[in-house]
Amino acid sequence: MSLTLVQVIAGGLLLGAVYALFSSGLTLIWGMMNVINFAHGDFVMLGMYVAFLVWTLMGAGPAAAVPIAALVLATLGIVCYFALIRHVMRGPMLAQILGTFGLALLLRYSALWYFGANFRTLPENLVGGTLQFGTIRIESSRLLAGVVALLVTAGLHLILTRTALGSRMLAVAEDAAAAELMGIRPDRMQATAWALAAGATGIAGALIANFFYVAPTVGETLGLVAFVTVALGGFGSVPGALVAGLLIGVVESVSAYAIGAVYKDIVVYALFVLALWLRPQGLLGKA
Amino acid sequence: MKPTGWTRLFGAAALSFGLTGAALAQSTVKVGALYPLSGVAASAGAYAKAAVEVALDIINNDHPELGDLTLAKGTGLPGLGGAKVEAVFADNQGSPAAGQNQAIRLITEEKVVAINGAYQSGITLTASAAAERYGIPFLTSESVAASLTERGFKWFFRTTPIASDFARIYMGFLKDMKAKGAKVDSIAIVHENTEFGTSIASVVSATFKANGLNVAQDIPYSANTTDVQSQVLQLKDKKPDVVLFVSYTSDAILYAKTMKSLDYRPQIMMADDAGFNDPAFIAAVGEIVQGVFNRASWVIGPPGSGTYLVNEMFKKKSGADLDDTSARVLQGFLVLVDAINRAGSTEPAKIQAALRATDLKPNQLLLGFKGVKFDEKGQNILASALVMQLRDGKNYVPVWPKDQATAEAVLPYKGW
Repeated sequence: MSLTLVQVIAGGLLLGAVYALFSSGLTLIWGMMNVINFAHGDFVMLGMYVAFLVWTLMGAGPAAAVPIAALVLATLGIVCYFALIRHVMRGPMLAQILGTFGLALLLRYSALWYFGANFRTLPENLVGGTLQFGTIRIESSRLLAGVVALLVTAGLHLILTRTALGSRMLAVAEDAAAAELMGIRPDRMQATAWALAAGATGIAGALIANFFYVAPTVGETLGLVAFVTVALGGFGSVPGALVAGLLIGVVESVSAYAIGAVYKDIVVYALFVLALWLRPQGLLGKA
Repeated sequence: MKPTGWTRLFGAAALSFGLTGAALAQSTVKVGALYPLSGVAASAGAYAKAAVEVALDIINNDHPELGDLTLAKGTGLPGLGGAKVEAVFADNQGSPAAGQNQAIRLITEEKVVAINGAYQSGITLTASAAAERYGIPFLTSESVAASLTERGFKWFFRTTPIASDFARIYMGFLKDMKAKGAKVDSIAIVHENTEFGTSIASVVSATFKANGLNVAQDIPYSANTTDVQSQVLQLKDKKPDVVLFVSYTSDAILYAKTMKSLDYRPQIMMADDAGFNDPAFIAAVGEIVQGVFNRASWVIGPPGSGTYLVNEMFKKKSGADLDDTSARVLQGFLVLVDAINRAGSTEPAKIQAALRATDLKPNQLLLGFKGVKFDEKGQNILASALVMQLRDGKNYVPVWPKDQATAEAVLPYKGW
């Protein structure tokens, strides 16, 4: 019994790390530009399809899929910024919401048209099967995603807080006009933010594809969790997304195991509402 | 200028020509096909659409090679002067509200004479309520929730076997397995929590309990989930002899993967059609659910047979073998159009009367039903199903009942 509970918690932590991984891009965009990217879940979906294509066309696993997905999605992020986001940001908040929402539908239905509605999966043992510690079993594909989640989170956090690029990006986020007077180009910084965020999302997608199904609608399923993770962690806080993701993963797993799968969402959202009631800026967000 | 005799004659000729033109324009019959073309069940919806397109091919073109199958011989509908049938596809988006709106659109804007659909029981529930209000026949070929035919509807018909039929089949099958020495002392039912999963689970567990089978565990869950590890661990704790899954496709894939990663295999693993029968599911994870039992009304049959040829038509269109759900869609659409043909009219009331008078024999059908005949609730009382087992991770073969089986059931569940 207690060993099962350890398994439940281990599974919850790994699930949570994945939530954190695909939420970091969303929180970064918010922190940089105050834009909520409703197309985020569909960026993850595209990252998953990149991994799927890398495997079907090149027969390669995550070692190739992760960098390729990061590059493809980063490029897409830049394109989206210049083609859409830059323009809707000048409009009212509603235009931003509808703009990214429209982008979400465009990506989703393009995938539906191109790849068809079929569910795909990558081969079971692309990332070396399942590891066993005593009676605890952990899929190596999930473990890999969990480890990378930590690395990506740390990497993004370091870029933002320890590099000149990060300082410039934060300066633009703080006051674009003042930053421009200091010789920083807001456009370039914001495009960089989109490239970083979308790239991280591509990495997330390419790793999740190893243990999840790939389908055009998968962004819908994953997107909601991403928003909850970001809101709970604090909008704009990359470490916050990590803490919130892990928390949600464990609460979900334990409540599903102890009370029942249909109640897990109730428990998660009740805690979510309670947490926001006590701390509206999120766990690690700045008030 | 006063009209002369000639201009009057011309006028009359033009008028009559115009009328014939109108009559000719009416010679396609529009039937609504409401399926999940987007949303999480979109893969099942895409196969359903392909199935309806094969049905249209069978109806509109001459197919003497298909033997006695309804409307295969000749082109179009003989009862309506050879009129062609056109399907108007609508996307229920996996949502009961969207399904109902689309049903209303099909009726009021597309002017369809009848509707076929809508895959998910929960959506058939709302969409058929709209059809009932407008007095348009609604036939479901695949939604199995018992409640659908318990509403006293006058315009609702269902060709597929339902939960009580499956419960009887599963029970008979498990009793036979027990007689052969398998342990079936405790049973777990894992089901998604909309109309489909809930209603099947409750009917099956009531039937099992009434017949002395012990349903030890009932695990409801939401199909649109990101993780199923906890449910599999609950099963692993209790170790039931038999596990029955009532699942859609995405969740079925997650269960298959999670059972493997947690190394969990029950003695007997069963699935109630839907997700476990989706060709996308079998292509994705068939290799790791070898030996799972499933119900089906459809068997591809030996090369050259009518069912084999229909499967070839479907394969050409969709790239996959005809699965049980899509086969039931195809069959249901044929039954609906057969009624329109016998009605000899596109008037809804006449189609409804023709549906009520339906009496199709096994040789006129694609599925292994004992026939099609509706009771006063609109349920096909001659529907039936078989138990199949997934072999080699690719093909379902019929294993029960004995008289229709082509292979022996293999125990215990192999998995991967």
